[in-house]
Amino acid sequence: MSVLKITDLSIALPQGADRAFAVQDCSYQIAAGEILCVVGESGSGKSMTANAVMGLLPEGVTVATGTAEFGGKDILTVSDAEQRALRGDRIAMIFQEPMTALNPLMRIGDQIAEVFEAHKRHTPAERRAKALDLIREVQLPDPEKIIRAYPFQLSGGQRQRAMIAMALALEPELLIADEPTTALDVTTQAQILKLILDLRDRRGMAVMFITHDFGVVAEIADRVIVMRYGEIVERGTATEVLEAPQHDYTKRLLAAIPSGLVAASSEVAKAPALEIRNLEKTYRVGGGLFRQPREVRAIDTVSLSIARGEVLGLVGESGSGKSTLGRAVVRLVTPDAGEVIVGGTDMAALTASDLRAARHKVQMVFQDPYASLNPRHRVMRALTDGPIAKGVAKDKARARARELMETVGLGADAVDRFPHEFSGGQRQRIGIARALAMDPELIIADEAVSALDVSIQAQVLDLLRDLRLRFDLSILFITHDLRVAAQLCDRIAVMQKGKLVEIGPVSEVFLNPQHSYTQTLLAAVPGGGWGQAAQ
Amino acid sequence: MAIAGAILSRLLKAAITLLAIAILNFFLIHAAPGDPATVLAGEAGAADPQMIADLKARFGLDQPFYVQLLQYVGNIMTLDLGYSFRQGQPVLDLILERLPATLILTLTAFWISLLAGVALGVAASARVGKFTDSLITGTALLFYATPLYWAALMAVLVFSVQLGWLPGFGYETVGSGYAGLTRIWDILLHLILPALTLGLFFMAVYMRMTRASMLEVGQQDFVKTARAKGLAPSIIRRRHILRNALLPVVTLAGLQAGQLVGGAVLTETVFAWPGIGRLMFESLAARDYNTILGVFLVSAAMVIVFNIITDLVYRLIDPRIGQKA
Repeated sequence: MSVLKITDLSIALPQGADRAFAVQDCSYQIAAGEILCVVGESGSGKSMTANAVMGLLPEGVTVATGTAEFGGKDILTVSDAEQRALRGDRIAMIFQEPMTALNPLMRIGDQIAEVFEAHKRHTPAERRAKALDLIREVQLPDPEKIIRAYPFQLSGGQRQRAMIAMALALEPELLIADEPTTALDVTTQAQILKLILDLRDRRGMAVMFITHDFGVVAEIADRVIVMRYGEIVERGTATEVLEAPQHDYTKRLLAAIPSGLVAASSEVAKAPALEIRNLEKTYRVGGGLFRQPREVRAIDTVSLSIARGEVLGLVGESGSGKSTLGRAVVRLVTPDAGEVIVGGTDMAALTASDLRAARHKVQMVFQDPYASLNPRHRVMRALTDGPIAKGVAKDKARARARELMETVGLGADAVDRFPHEFSGGQRQRIGIARALAMDPELIIADEAVSALDVSIQAQVLDLLRDLRLRFDLSILFITHDLRVAAQLCDRIAVMQKGKLVEIGPVSEVFLNPQHSYTQTLLAAVPGGGWGQAAQ
Repeated sequence: MAIAGAILSRLLKAAITLLAIAILNFFLIHAAPGDPATVLAGEAGAADPQMIADLKARFGLDQPFYVQLLQYVGNIMTLDLGYSFRQGQPVLDLILERLPATLILTLTAFWISLLAGVALGVAASARVGKFTDSLITGTALLFYATPLYWAALMAVLVFSVQLGWLPGFGYETVGSGYAGLTRIWDILLHLILPALTLGLFFMAVYMRMTRASMLEVGQQDFVKTARAKGLAPSIIRRRHILRNALLPVVTLAGLQAGQLVGGAVLTETVFAWPGIGRLMFESLAARDYNTILGVFLVSAAMVIVFNIITDLVYRLIDPRIGQKA
């Protein structure tokens, strides 16, 4: 018995969009107790069907043809009021960004109780009791306290649990989860996935799970649909799609995923490009006339070194201090104590003017390719500003910029274009070219591929690998994604709560982790079993 | 606990700020050319040096500058704002006498502009792009661009002189001998025109800000969550969008509230409203140092007090403030 049956659904985009239909001729069903994963990269239209079913399509986007049968009715054509009555009651949805998906000014308990209010169930007192039960069911700690808490007092994972509690309030027959774990750390992600699996088993609801991550698919899916450009290119059971993909696109997507396969790390025994000794950084938050400030040790006595030509992966969850460490090396953050030695100079001890002269030695590639390039400057300017400030002749800097654009695979003529004319992956290549233009001794890549779709991610990783061989680059590669780290890095350093808990060659850290935290991290990687089976 | 601590800390800082302002005002006034003794003597028609020297001695103006400053600071510490030789009254009495009229006027204008501005902003945002939206936005732009004194004069001309509906000047009907409710009604009638004129500009500002803020908050993820719960659009607008959209409006309202005492000079002049603004204007012309300093100090104190109130209101609306640390 299918809970939801979508037939020949097409969703039209407003005029002037890059294609006419967000979704074209989609048909699929979800049965009770089944988890269907809808997989695709950004822009594949994977979320649009869900939005249509919820009646939450963005302005200007409309259902062109097709039906979505739910509870014996085509819910695409019922009135607004009827659609509203279904929402939150029989169909519920959870979203990607737990940080922004809750009203910051309302208590968690009130936001859960609101679901009952919206559908006129129970008295206020009963609503509160029910909210408390739900908070318990999604295993939030200290329910009595959580019910009175505001969203900002909860972590990302806890907020996502609260969202799930809201979605479950009226025991929906269908739960739509739109990338619910994408914004979470791996260990938190693993917990949320387990929670969704448990709830499905206990309540027998149907789940439409939208994701871009095949690791998550391997973990949770019964059946899979792969979408590209608004069309379904592959469908089947989880095993079929993961083990024996039929469509080229699926094969490419799967191939693009950094596999668990660990490369033998090349022996590097050259002079260090970076040496960090006993680095410390403590943030003091709050405090005032009458209050003690709270201290957060972002970097707690960390020492490590990167050899010339080596790629060191720095992994950890959010709040582990890995990004602060990267920023301290560039001196975007000034450490409290310790040394950061790059090519013989201690970056941590330089005065402001000396620092400006030494900055070119370390260059950063940032996470967000959209925000890290000035939208009003042509690429040429982005690539030459730094070298010219350093004292390179204008002509030389320009020639070098063209050469670098060739190197990163965008072609020399692309220098005259503006950033908005490039895709995310291309912009990240520009970001890499910009870093290379300064002839740095060390490149810090802070989550440099995290914002990219898997297939693009694979290309950028290939580029980095290639550049590293050609230019003997030293890279500090900061990431939360262990699979990515395994692909590129020679050694891995694991950080937790500001401390360096483990460091060693990739194969050792991944195959024979010593520290319990590293073991937890590795165990939490979604689709772990499937990744190894693929080898 | 946290709130009490915060208030205490703010009050302490406020006292220090106020003292600094008082000293600065004192320097400012003394940097201006001319002194009250010369003006008084000039008006008496006798610029006799002996008389000026006598007057100076009476006002303490013959003392060295630092002595005058210390005396001034010492006096305001004990709430003694000095004596107005022009009006022949202690400054504090003068101010307290005028304060109620100004507060009635500015507070009324404040609430009119805030309530009407927010209501219109919400209405415009709910019908964005439609005729109602254009009408509200257009009218607000008109109010926004109209100079206050012109609007005030026009209001008097139309509603008072031509139509004769409302009194055009003053605080109450002079010599009417009204008492009790009749008097309140009389003051209310006198209040309408100046309060509306004064409130128009800020109403337009609040309206524009509320509208923009509502539209922005309406795009946020938690609004989609609220819709996904199946809540009715009116509840979503009130409970989820409006509350969040009000935060920047509160900031602005706090700034306007700070102007409650000093910001009505023009309106008070046009409508012959016997408030602080006119007192300041008159004292300025007469070089009545003590009164000017007194008005400055009270205005500054008001700004500080309303800043503190704004912060407290902020804490009430937004739980994140004051707890994050």
